Amino acid sequence: MNATDVKVKKMTMIEGVRDAMRLMLKENDDVLILGEDVGINGGVFRATEGLYEEFGEDRVIDTPLAESGIIGNSIGLAVNGFRPIAEIQFLGFIYPAFNQLMTHATRLRQRSMGRYTVPLVVRAPYGAGVRAPEIHSDSVEGLFTQMPGIKVVVPSNAYDAKGLLIASLEDPDPVIFLEPLRCYRSSRTEVPDEKYYVDIGKASVLKEGEDISVFTWGAMVMDTMKAVKELEEKRNISCEVIDLRTLYPLDKEAIASSVQKTGRAAIVHEAPATGGVSNDVLSVINDTSFLYLRSPIERVTGFDTPVPVYSLEQEYLPSSAKIQAAIEKAIDF
Amino acid sequence: MIDQFPMQQVINGDGALVDETYKSEITIEKAKELYEYMLRARMLDKKCVNLQRQGRIGTYVQYEGQEAAQIGSAVALEQGDWMFPTYRDHAATLTFGHSMRNLLLNWLGRYEGNVPPEGVNIFPPGIPIASQLLHATGAAWAEKKRGTDRVSIVYFGDGATSEGDFHEALNFGSVFNTPTVFFNQNNGYAISVPMEKQMKSKTIAQKGLGYNIPSVRIDGNDVFAVYFTTKKAVERARAGEGPTLIEAVTWRYGAHTTADDASKYRDQSESEKRRKTADPLLRIERYLKSQSAWEQSWLKEREEAITEEIESTIKEMEAYPDPEFAHMFDHVFDTPTWTIQEQVNDHLAIKRRQSQ
Ligand SMILES: Cc1ncc(C[n+]2csc(CCOP(=O)(O)OP(=O)(O)O)c2C)c(N)n1
Repeated sequence: MNATDVKVKKMTMIEGVRDAMRLMLKENDDVLILGEDVGINGGVFRATEGLYEEFGEDRVIDTPLAESGIIGNSIGLAVNGFRPIAEIQFLGFIYPAFNQLMTHATRLRQRSMGRYTVPLVVRAPYGAGVRAPEIHSDSVEGLFTQMPGIKVVVPSNAYDAKGLLIASLEDPDPVIFLEPLRCYRSSRTEVPDEKYYVDIGKASVLKEGEDISVFTWGAMVMDTMKAVKELEEKRNISCEVIDLRTLYPLDKEAIASSVQKTGRAAIVHEAPATGGVSNDVLSVINDTSFLYLRSPIERVTGFDTPVPVYSLEQEYLPSSAKIQAAIEKAIDF
Repeated sequence: MIDQFPMQQVINGDGALVDETYKSEITIEKAKELYEYMLRARMLDKKCVNLQRQGRIGTYVQYEGQEAAQIGSAVALEQGDWMFPTYRDHAATLTFGHSMRNLLLNWLGRYEGNVPPEGVNIFPPGIPIASQLLHATGAAWAEKKRGTDRVSIVYFGDGATSEGDFHEALNFGSVFNTPTVFFNQNNGYAISVPMEKQMKSKTIAQKGLGYNIPSVRIDGNDVFAVYFTTKKAVERARAGEGPTLIEAVTWRYGAHTTADDASKYRDQSESEKRRKTADPLLRIERYLKSQSAWEQSWLKEREEAITEEIESTIKEMEAYPDPEFAHMFDHVFDTPTWTIQEQVNDHLAIKRRQSQ
């Protein structure tokens, strides 16, 4: 097919998510959406807007208000032939379903020697910076990377969101699909109308550079790109920025080849430092590229505190100044 | 099942006394006192919606229409009792003695919003739906173990009864006979999901049966029905007779929050209809009129006093010192861990460098 044949549209990330769901609902009758307010309301962020009207209440399902119920039932549906997309209204409300995820979704395949499998996608918006009420803003991706048996995907733009969600829906195993709230409407990217995949487990080099590799994901991609551009204008350095996009399994090759080229690394995330996924990135670098390093690896993270109420959330989120200071520290080592 | 739980009323929407049981206790003074609490709550709510529209506070959760449920129940408590509200229950917490200034600061994203005055036992609002019910049974259980006669009341919506925590709390309350009032405000919707989609049960009250908890269904817009029913439940609890489930049937006039558009999922003309037929304030006004005890001048005087209170509190809120970033760290643990301490130091160093 000629490149000019591909129809593209500029979309926000939330439109990319919706586009993927519409496409999959159309293509496969087994795809279902379950969640709170996903029906006539179209989701509190409008991720499912129009889908209820298009596919009906048997496919786009307003469930009772019970996260354990949503995910537990989705497991049953998935094991028995359906392809549920379970929407958790905010990641901060997934905890009632932890039991279902940790003790069932993630290990049914292993427990049944492959007889029962759970092709389930759990979608949830998350992250700070949108002045949401308490509890709505934590970044707890690390709780899921630590769960053996579930893949953890975090898009940061419309193109990746659509391709990754389609890939997640065709993955034979459970995937948690985390949607950074700040990215929902922050920019538009070109998205093909047709079906395409962004592979789970593959990072994306957003900007090539020579002196340091900066790894990030989710909403911090925007802040990191901005901080890096500002810094490059001030100083004669060149930074490589990599959006990891999948946090489990990490893209080992991409991490190693970038660090082996630049010899330095910084990792930026908004989750707390302790237990943060930066530690896994660090291990990959240590295991693959230790002898290439010219300076210690820097981390820029949230604090070991709950995300504060929104009057303080800008203090919590890693600032441009912090990202730049970390990069300079590594370079000036 | 609905026949087993008829909706009990004391004063109907027209302001007529329909149940004589409490006749002697329904004095003009009491009616005016309850009316004034409701008026204060309603005026504050309307003001907050305006402040949100003007960008002077963040997303706000309205309760207009639910004043009788919240206030009738709050005044049935005594100081020292425990209150476990949700994000929509600041009419109850205000009436039970929370600070209006702190409640306003809550909508500026301030921790102060979670802090009641000394001696007033109000938990920070339960945000994860239904989670607070278990704290209410636990706190009441503690009172029982210590042999006091204090009780707890916990508020929750119709949607909340779908969560496991609701069922666990009713069961714990029942098994350990905790002095707890489970106060449900059934406003018919959980954001966009109407009760008929949330559950097949026709009432919330019937859910108490499964746990052997005495349960009643009342008109939640009838402040006297709410007050007397809650008072009875509180008395049972104080006497060691255990928990009660109250379903107060009500309606929120507005959207779920100021960030929600209710016209997407329900006919908003229903609210206009109910304002005329079932409003909590209007029915007390009608009742007082029927007793020839309504004076327009009294209303005006009360409105002026409340306006002054609200306006001066808004000034206080807006003049309140900026939040300190230490609030984020200082209260995570009793003594900060070394990781937090190091993070604070690094944070301050960067800020110092920036301000140079
Ligand atoms: C565990 C959990 N899941 C989802 C939400 C998001 N949410 C906030 S309010 C609400 C609806 C609650 O409805 P209901 O219990 O009837 O109370 P109401 O808001 O009507 O007062 C939902 C789903 C939440 N806060 N907590």
